Amino acid sequence: MNDSVAGIGARVLRREDFRFIKGRGKYVDDMVLPRQTYAVIVRSPHAHATVNSIDSSAAAAMPGVVRVLTSKDFEAFGGLPCGWLVNNQNGDPMVEPKHPILAEGKVRHVGDPVAVVIANTKAQARDAADAVVVDYSELPAVVNMRQALSNPPAAVHDEAPGNLCYDWALGDKETVDAAFAGAAHVTRLEFTNNRLSPNAMEPRCAIGDYDRSNGDHTLYTTSQNPHVIRLLMGAFVLSIPEHKLRVYAPDVGGGFGSKIYHYAEEAIVTVAAKVIGRPVKWTSDRTEAFLSDAHGRDHVTTAELALDADGKFLGLRCDTLANMGAYLSTFAPCVPTYLHATLLAGQYKTPLIYCNVKAVFTNTVPVDAYRGAGRPEATYLLERVIDKAAREMKIDPAEIRRRNFIQPDEFPYQTPVALVYDTGNYEATLSAALAASDYAGIAARKAEAKSRGKLRGIGLSCYIEACGIAPSAVVGSLGARAGLYEAATIRVNPTGSISVLTGSHSHGQGHETTFAQVVADQLGQPIENIDIVHGDTARIPFGMGTYGSRSIAVGGAAIVKAVDKIIAKGKKIAAHLMEASADDVVFENGQFKVAGTDKQIDFGSVALTAYVPHNFPLEELEPGLEETAFYDPANFTFPAGSYVCEVEVDPETGVVEVCSMHASDDFGNIINPMIVEGQVHGGLVQGIGQALLEQAVYDDNGQLLTASYNDYTMPRADDMPSFTVDHQITACTHNPLGVKGCGEAGAIGSPPAVINAIVDALSELGVEHVEMPATPRKVWRAIQAAKK
Amino acid sequence: MQSFNYAKPASLADAAAALAKAEDGTLLAGGQTLLPTMKARLAAPSDLVDLAGIAELKGISVSGGTVTIGAMTRHADVAGSAEVKGAIPALAALAGGIGDQAVRNRGTIGGSVANNDPAADYPAAVLGLGATVRTNSRSIAADDFFTGLFDTALNAGEIVTAVSFPVPQKAAYVKFPNPASRYAMVGVFVAKTASGVRVAVTGAGNGGVFRVPAYEAALAANFSPSAIADGVISAADMNSDLHADAEYRAHLVAVMARRAVAAAG
Amino acid sequence: MPTVSMTVNGQTVSAEVDGRTLLVEFIREHLALTGTHVGCDTSQCGACVVHVNGEAAKSCTMLAVQANGASVTTIEGLSEGDDLHPMQAAFKDNHGLQCGFCTPGMIMSAVDLAKRNPNPTEAEIRKGLEGNICRCTGYHNIVKAVAQGAAGMRG
Ligand SMILES: Cc1cc2nc3c(=O)[nH]c(=O)nc-3n(C[C@H](O)[C@H](O)[C@H](O)COP(=O)(O)OP(=O)(O)OC[C@H]3O[C@@H](n4cnc5c(N)ncnc54)[C@H](O)[C@@H]3O)c2cc1C
Ligand code: FES
Ligand code: FES
Repeated sequence: MNDSVAGIGARVLRREDFRFIKGRGKYVDDMVLPRQTYAVIVRSPHAHATVNSIDSSAAAAMPGVVRVLTSKDFEAFGGLPCGWLVNNQNGDPMVEPKHPILAEGKVRHVGDPVAVVIANTKAQARDAADAVVVDYSELPAVVNMRQALSNPPAAVHDEAPGNLCYDWALGDKETVDAAFAGAAHVTRLEFTNNRLSPNAMEPRCAIGDYDRSNGDHTLYTTSQNPHVIRLLMGAFVLSIPEHKLRVYAPDVGGGFGSKIYHYAEEAIVTVAAKVIGRPVKWTSDRTEAFLSDAHGRDHVTTAELALDADGKFLGLRCDTLANMGAYLSTFAPCVPTYLHATLLAGQYKTPLIYCNVKAVFTNTVPVDAYRGAGRPEATYLLERVIDKAAREMKIDPAEIRRRNFIQPDEFPYQTPVALVYDTGNYEATLSAALAASDYAGIAARKAEAKSRGKLRGIGLSCYIEACGIAPSAVVGSLGARAGLYEAATIRVNPTGSISVLTGSHSHGQGHETTFAQVVADQLGQPIENIDIVHGDTARIPFGMGTYGSRSIAVGGAAIVKAVDKIIAKGKKIAAHLMEASADDVVFENGQFKVAGTDKQIDFGSVALTAYVPHNFPLEELEPGLEETAFYDPANFTFPAGSYVCEVEVDPETGVVEVCSMHASDDFGNIINPMIVEGQVHGGLVQGIGQALLEQAVYDDNGQLLTASYNDYTMPRADDMPSFTVDHQITACTHNPLGVKGCGEAGAIGSPPAVINAIVDALSELGVEHVEMPATPRKVWRAIQAAKK
Repeated sequence: MQSFNYAKPASLADAAAALAKAEDGTLLAGGQTLLPTMKARLAAPSDLVDLAGIAELKGISVSGGTVTIGAMTRHADVAGSAEVKGAIPALAALAGGIGDQAVRNRGTIGGSVANNDPAADYPAAVLGLGATVRTNSRSIAADDFFTGLFDTALNAGEIVTAVSFPVPQKAAYVKFPNPASRYAMVGVFVAKTASGVRVAVTGAGNGGVFRVPAYEAALAANFSPSAIADGVISAADMNSDLHADAEYRAHLVAVMARRAVAAAG
Repeated sequence: MPTVSMTVNGQTVSAEVDGRTLLVEFIREHLALTGTHVGCDTSQCGACVVHVNGEAAKSCTMLAVQANGASVTTIEGLSEGDDLHPMQAAFKDNHGLQCGFCTPGMIMSAVDLAKRNPNPTEAEIRKGLEGNICRCTGYHNIVKAVAQGAAGMRG
């Protein structure tokens, strides 16, 4: 590998930053197309109601109004598709009700779109939206999952009278039950994994444009995966072939999963632009975002861990109710199943695992993948129940984990829940984390805190995740309706500059820097000569986008494969120029060399020759130097690590202060440590936010009580400490860069570390569990309850 | 936001006249409450009368044991004022804890007091210090001014011109912020004055800011946290919401009151 | 419709606007300065922070008419051409941004903070940024950036 400063492993400052810090980023809402109109969506104020009639005549007559659209205008089109089929235990497919673009006769959650008002200005559209009269008959709202199944107040969908989407299981219940019967100790924990709203700071936005002269549609949208949107919307919803539909996601202000999915508004502006013959822009406001962006998590779980007398795990048994919300969002069904139950082995040799998941329809916003997606829920389940077991058995929490770790010499390791871990070293991350956080010295810090009237606690969590989503054959067998490879094109231009077209998408991750580092390293070229192009279906051959920490592991690997093809062709051209055999040509530090001689020719000359083929083996080779590669990995990657959190509780008020958080991660090889640390920091705050602050709360009528930042607690700078982060490395064995991905770890590993620390602080009072988010009120209540 | 007529008078008299003439007029001060409310379409006044052009509403003066703050004086100016810091440091600190810097750079004391948000900070200081609210037609004692949630003794069209705070012997304000909005979930202002002790609580009550006579009596006898060590107030009149139930709020009032007494020294 | 005139990034601008036009709408839509962002409806996220007469203000919570006669600085006016203001440079040097959406408002708030408190502690920086929400960075590197930026502004 090349050891130039810009290569793999260097802390290269981000190349994208200049435009953002100068205020020159180009987000969708920054775009104004000629003759653009503005759409405002009329949304249901009710959680569940029949729509008797919609009278838009007054609205249509208001100043500046161009058109009012209702579900009738969308009759010709399909519903929003679900990309993953999960089967019931009995083999029947899940219930998959239609998810119409605009509500058809019935609204199923507050915020369900009912009508669209299009006007010359946003203010006019907003004024007219208030004048659309919708006559509703309210129906009982289905909110609580247990009640939805056992005593349904209503059916969210006629197809699912008991509100059950699917009843799925992994593992053999009988053998697991038998293991429990023979166990020395069983620990049981019931808990909720709190519902979250992703809250990327850029609200979603979409602009539809239509060119009547050639039938071309363009959708500008805030998406993490424009090609996926083109596929879903073009093929399944609007029947627009790929060559007539361009989807472009320019700068995107954060996603965290919420911008993976195909949303109604994308179809609305695409259709509307054709109907009115002018571009149509829709921009979400924040309250709309709370009411329409897919939420995350929302599990109610019972977990039981069986142990022998030495604290060795014998079996794990869990039941989860997973909220799907009112409709199935793009990836929703796979989150609590294949991204959750399959991770329940964690870092441990638990021999037997059984997990039952019932997915439930409710009159709430659809729930889908949010940073970590299923894996935070699995990690929380496991790391909380293990911690409780350790406490009950009076074994140190670090020690009980060590006794059960998969050992470094046991890889590849087949878990009982379908995954094969390729590599890892869990002791390495645990001991690094314990040392960095002075785990051994906690007693003194607890005593010192006590002298100030505070209760101090330390908590740890050892997480694993399956990232780099792919392989296609595996996900296909599990119900995915698409392949999950990635594509890349390397276009070497005549003067040797390089355009890298990637199907991954950057919405904060810094691909323009890291991907360029990879190419600079492999081709021995200055990073300034390399541009990363992403986000536009018109310019990039294909792609599956960015989520599940897959960009470097899958997208980066596709780039490496394309680079390999460039080098292979370059060698042939160089061999011709140097009158050598291609087999004798090696490529090093940007030079093609004839091995064992001092003959060499630089990359730029080869590039130029490829485009000015005056002296070129035209009979064997085509001119030009551009290669495309698709990469479909052989396995998931398995980042893992240990997090240690230290908190101080004010017992008088219940306020929890996070004093420190240390993250020890194994992400395999690292391209840019600065960017990786940034990803961890961001994930940590989302995880600590879940543990202490954030929750999307519905009342019994299905009204979202937390629909603005007045009530949804976003983590702010003064809620958080600074962090310490380190990396231990076991390189991934099956991708060319040896990388595992780092985007979600922080959000996966941190919540149980925080709650374990709080329980540790309060354990002397007899507190065994505090639900997330551990708000001051809840912590204070837990203390009061323990006192009684 | 719905459309409105906008006027920016240069004198109090013109402002009062503009307001009187309007069909459904509203005063605009810093706009930090009014504009978000209008954006959410929870208010749709026909006319906005902007007070920003009236010089006499701005400024801080200290004389004869009274700090007088003009209605259009911004939170940032009160927080940064050497005079206020010298005379009533608790008041400067309270202003410095309202919202964030950008909010403090626009929001005004007049707007805050007139709005009487049950979770606002200033009402606790006004009531806790026994201040006097001055308007274009009269002076209103704090005890008579705050009449309920978002409700005050102000008549329609009446304009707050200033608030006069008597300088206490000692005082402190301790706020337990709502974790999401950062407004007061419970805020307690404690003041020891020549004429006795006053304790005012914001954020907690279901009728807005209120005084706690039991604490005042106990602290008048012995101005120390221990004097109110077991003084939990009744949860019956406390507000209950997503973030804090009534019992927890009542408990926090006691804790914040003790901390305020300790901070006052 | 009222006419507003103000100085934005050193240039005098004047336009007839609907009275309800927010300052942020005036900046983004009338002046096409799209570096100032909108991230919420309740005046809490700080993505829209600009300087009005040298002080931080949430441009989503101000009418354009309220800025009549004022001098407004947006992120685009903080430095010229290829130059960077010390606070901008510090955000780049410390990886203080990821998606960049909160960044303009964050930088404008940070400059205001450093002007008021030229040598802030970590706690003061964290407190001083409470009106600016970032969902990407976890604030860690923003805090470092603001410390460096403040040092740079001290000169
Ligand atoms: C993000 C954010 C956080 C905040 N946090 C807090 C907090 O922690 N604590 C807190 O106390 N407040 C908080 N506020 C509110 C802030 O303090 C406001 O500035 C204040 O409540 C209103 O003052 P204003 O000058 O902005 O008034 P405006 O919004 O202009 O007016 C408010 C109301 O008062 C009326 N009014 C204004 N001036 C007068 C006058 N002179 N005479 C009669 N009526 C008048 C108006 O007509 C209007 O009805 C916050 C606001 C925001 C946006
Ligand atoms: S846009 Fe959120 S504070 Fe202005
Ligand atoms: S960098 Fe994305 S919100 Fe701050």
